Amino acid sequence: MASVALPMVASAPDSRQALGMRLGILQRQRSIIPGFGVTMGITVFALSVIVLIPLSAVFITSAGLGWDGFAATAFSRRALAAYRLSFGAAAAAAAINAVFGLITAWVLVRYDFTGKRLVSALVDLPFALPTAVAGIALTALYAPNGWIGRWLAPLGIDIGFTPRGVVVALIFVGLPFVVRTVEPVLADLGADVEEAAATLGASRLQTFVHVILPAISPALLTGCALAFARAVGEYGSVIFIAGNMPFRSEIAPLLIVVQLEQYNTGGATAIAATMLVISFVLLFGINLLQGWQRRLRTT
Amino acid sequence: MSVPAATAEPRWVRWLLIAVALGFLALNLALPLAAVFVEAFRKGVAAYVAAIRDPDALSALRLTLTVAAIAVPLNIVIGLAASWAIAKFDFRFKPFLVTLIDLPFSVSPVVSGLVYVLVFGMQGWFGEWLRDNDLQVIFAVPGLVLATIFITFPFVARELLPLMEEQGRDEEEAALSLGASGLSTFWHVTLPNVRWGLLYGVLLCNARAMGEFGAVSVVSGHIRGKTNTMPLHIEILYNEYNFAAAFAVASLLAGLALVTLVLKSALEWRFAGQLAGRGH
Repeated sequence: MASVALPMVASAPDSRQALGMRLGILQRQRSIIPGFGVTMGITVFALSVIVLIPLSAVFITSAGLGWDGFAATAFSRRALAAYRLSFGAAAAAAAINAVFGLITAWVLVRYDFTGKRLVSALVDLPFALPTAVAGIALTALYAPNGWIGRWLAPLGIDIGFTPRGVVVALIFVGLPFVVRTVEPVLADLGADVEEAAATLGASRLQTFVHVILPAISPALLTGCALAFARAVGEYGSVIFIAGNMPFRSEIAPLLIVVQLEQYNTGGATAIAATMLVISFVLLFGINLLQGWQRRLRTT
Repeated sequence: MSVPAATAEPRWVRWLLIAVALGFLALNLALPLAAVFVEAFRKGVAAYVAAIRDPDALSALRLTLTVAAIAVPLNIVIGLAASWAIAKFDFRFKPFLVTLIDLPFSVSPVVSGLVYVLVFGMQGWFGEWLRDNDLQVIFAVPGLVLATIFITFPFVARELLPLMEEQGRDEEEAALSLGASGLSTFWHVTLPNVRWGLLYGVLLCNARAMGEFGAVSVVSGHIRGKTNTMPLHIEILYNEYNFAAAFAVASLLAGLALVTLVLKSALEWRFAGQLAGRGH
């Protein structure tokens, strides 16, 4: 027995080394902290089963459609109109949030006023309020007979059930991204550069445009990109207020649902694949932006 | 104010900016929130109570709680495992793994639901096998849970990861070299250090899990009293022009959002130093 046991004992480090070498693809240094295998295993397993494999289904199913089958839905006139609305409205909302989000962040960081904590907490409302609730609430405000809509209708301004309604919903959804990304950068900004600018005779506006704005613009851009990325795929808050007319106020995610309801899974998948590719490009761009921002903050 | 005059704006500019910011937030955030509660009570308290005590509303509430009760704990386990593996060890492809964990943030909720239809739906990869074995994922609770985990996948990890990275490995290494086991090191050293960050992540994860609409809408099948979560029940009521009832149910979710915001703000004020990147 001992003669059998001995090689086993001797081989144990070998097999551990072999495992170490295999894990070496992943693990660079040995650490005395245990649990790498288990925690990495759980992470990779969950990530694969919940996220990666299901997401790959979109591309594999799309590939099965053939180019013509894919393009028939993904690049149909109706789909193109939906992309245009989704991206156009998301861009418009991001631009509006850039201006008002920056003012909000500025006011929250630089000024004191009563109720500031309450206001600051309220900024995160879109993160906490379910999108469907936001959707019906905004519709109650902006429908032609709504709280605000009834005052705008006589002036000939329609917001509810038009593309403008989509923009209003996307402003709601994207607002906290801009404020929360700009706030910490604005708070970190040293007073010295502004004092230097003032000493050199710059007006407050000149200091803002030439000193402060360049310093916070990467954060502002990142916040807008995050808001934009979120807005492009947004569904719940939009569909109630949009009116959902094909070619006019139908967003791309809704078109996916419409295809599914018509049992056109292939068509739904083709549109989904197109949107995913665009989202991944956006994600890549945001990662670059955040890297740039980090470098600016550390130097 | 302690701000020197040379780097402060004139009083009227300050007032103007505060007015613009508050006006913008009032219009876009406070007003919609107020609308939910006002519309909910438009037909009186009795109608409000009736809408909430409706059997379909109660079963939607139960389903929402069930789905969150499964999805959130699973996300806690995954989030803890992921942040432990990433923060406490060095390995290649680390940024890539972090990007993959973040991936669900940049996927449209509708697509997050669609992917499970493609895998588990009738014409999906496992559709036939599931039917032969009398199992149902799509248009049933498992599909709702899967879609909810997908949507909330990054929440806990995203909160814990920067926190654990900031705290480094010294305390764990000290505990281990003093003879503590790995598990008790995690339990007595790591977990207490990140508990407020964990709670913060769980709060946001739970709010999203209970409020998710797009993803569960695709996998639910909208079977009344069976696969309708609260957000889906709101949609059905709304589309039936039963506005007061829709807003009554919505007011429950808005209440949840307010509780979430209060707890979140309390955590931020009280434990700012123990939350990642929120010490401003």
